Amino acid sequence: MIKKTFAWISILLFAIFSVYPLLYIISVSLRGDDAFQSQSLEIFSDTSTFKNYSELFFKTNFLLWLRNSLIIATMTTIISVALASTSAYALSRHMFKGRNLMLFSLLGTQMFPPTMLILPFYIILSRLQLVDHFLGLFIIYSSTALPFCIWQMKAYYDTIPKELEEAAILDGCSSWKTFYKIILPISSPALAITALFSFMSSWSEYVVAAVILQDPLLYTLPLGLRSFQASLATQWGLYAAGALIVSIPVLILFMSIARFLVSGLTLGSVKG
Amino acid sequence: MIEISQLSKSFGTNEVLKSIDLTIQDGEFLVLLGPSGCGKSTLLRTLAGLEKIDKGTVKVGTKVINNVDPQDRDMAMVFQSYALYPHMTVAENIGFALSLQKKSSAEVAKRVQEIGKLLQLDQLLERKPKELSGGQRQRVALGRALARQTSIVLFDEPLSNLDANLRSQMRVEIKRIHDKVKSTMIYVTHDQMEATTMGDRIAVFKDGKIEQIGTPNEIYHHPRNLFIASFIGTPEMNFIEGTIVGKVVGSATGTSSVLGLRPEVLKINLGELGPKEKDLGVYQIELSENLGGELLLHGHLVEDELKQNVRVLVDSSENFSKGQKIKLKTELTRAHLFDKQTGARKAI
Repeated sequence: MIKKTFAWISILLFAIFSVYPLLYIISVSLRGDDAFQSQSLEIFSDTSTFKNYSELFFKTNFLLWLRNSLIIATMTTIISVALASTSAYALSRHMFKGRNLMLFSLLGTQMFPPTMLILPFYIILSRLQLVDHFLGLFIIYSSTALPFCIWQMKAYYDTIPKELEEAAILDGCSSWKTFYKIILPISSPALAITALFSFMSSWSEYVVAAVILQDPLLYTLPLGLRSFQASLATQWGLYAAGALIVSIPVLILFMSIARFLVSGLTLGSVKG
Repeated sequence: MIEISQLSKSFGTNEVLKSIDLTIQDGEFLVLLGPSGCGKSTLLRTLAGLEKIDKGTVKVGTKVINNVDPQDRDMAMVFQSYALYPHMTVAENIGFALSLQKKSSAEVAKRVQEIGKLLQLDQLLERKPKELSGGQRQRVALGRALARQTSIVLFDEPLSNLDANLRSQMRVEIKRIHDKVKSTMIYVTHDQMEATTMGDRIAVFKDGKIEQIGTPNEIYHHPRNLFIASFIGTPEMNFIEGTIVGKVVGSATGTSSVLGLRPEVLKINLGELGPKEKDLGVYQIELSENLGGELLLHGHLVEDELKQNVRVLVDSSENFSKGQKIKLKTELTRAHLFDKQTGARKAI
């Protein structure tokens, strides 16, 4: 009984620690700019207003940044999922020279901090005249997300019994048809995780975007929100409102793909 | 007709199939039987085109199919695992190959209904594989193979994961379907009961080679060597080692030989011997196993100095006790003689 009570109290404390910062951001977003300095732990007060939200939408370039971020994150997701799903399949199913070396090189790239790659990326992109260009960001975000995505997809493909592909081949499928009619549909949990990871890694990225994008019209949400900070007067209310809205697309994406995140999709296909 | 000649297949340095020669007639039900790792499944996969042939040829009719893609071989296969497409319903699984052939949806639906009826799956067509029992899944796998109406259907140990009851039901079902559809069926199993009950002919494999091909009766009653004699038949044949004394056709006096006697050909000698029967002397019972309708006695012939184990199948209504001595007899025409060194069958 004591053990159970202790567990419940611990869970409750962790829940408060996790939820309170979010509630506090909501609270700040509803207050005036000086409210951040307030000592009160109160979330909602009599002075709460949606002023910051209306200002965010109608007096800043927030919608433009949102559009830019959506374009970049969607394109990165499409490129990463397309490339990871196909290359991981080849790495999972075909034995060829240098296969293991390739797999471990992909893993090796994950051992460097992303900021180390900024300089070489910048040099490459400037030679390709892709600095200050969305295409440059697509390339960087996709290539940095790919190693994890490929490993993730390969690990899933490895669990799919080969007999399914052999059955499809005997049924008359070509290699490509086997892949998209049989393998891809049953890989939806891994595809969903890969898509979510790619989307989130580009959606909230700041450092690379700050180096590559200089034109304010191309700013993404993290860059735009950063512009609310100034050395003397940071607009914390706007900042908090923006931060909350930024999290909404990720939440929507997560909820829409949650139904694919179920285990046991291959259940019943083979004896086990 | 399928003609396999001099077919060899290796995985690295391991030669799995060694110069296989085999002819399978149209409409035949041929069983490839052998212990695990003997190459029978590899031969089936090679026929299907899922493994490349290293040496030799495979002909279907007059056409050599060595380099023909699996999807163009006019063969369907039922896998050892069910290999059902988990994201498709039973109907979609069965009709998948037909829709790939660009058949109209009405045609596909009609064929799916026919197969559903044939295999008693018509109530389950809208279910996914995970909602089915093992036996139902196996029937769907069978239905998927039959839907294409190929001239050859390959089975790779399809019943190995089912319980004994379901297995015997499915055996009958597959045999019934073979009689109906008349396709050539090649069936791999390590279960000799499946082989003898289903096959028109059985090819017994050992170490990548075919040891004997014949009808179930030929294999059972005239095993070519010791391996086949021991592999076919439950309970296993008795082997009594000894030396030839006196005159035996085809064996010189003093040759080391093995006498093979199936448990069911050993009878209790109550004093009267039939014209072809021979007295085997006194037998001492060491233990008995009750198999239901029959008792399987384990013991040895008292005169045998080596006290080699001899099994005798008797009616379970009789009572026998441990240590009891009885007299045995047998028909010599139903005995088998093998060379001890080579294991080859000898005339008796």
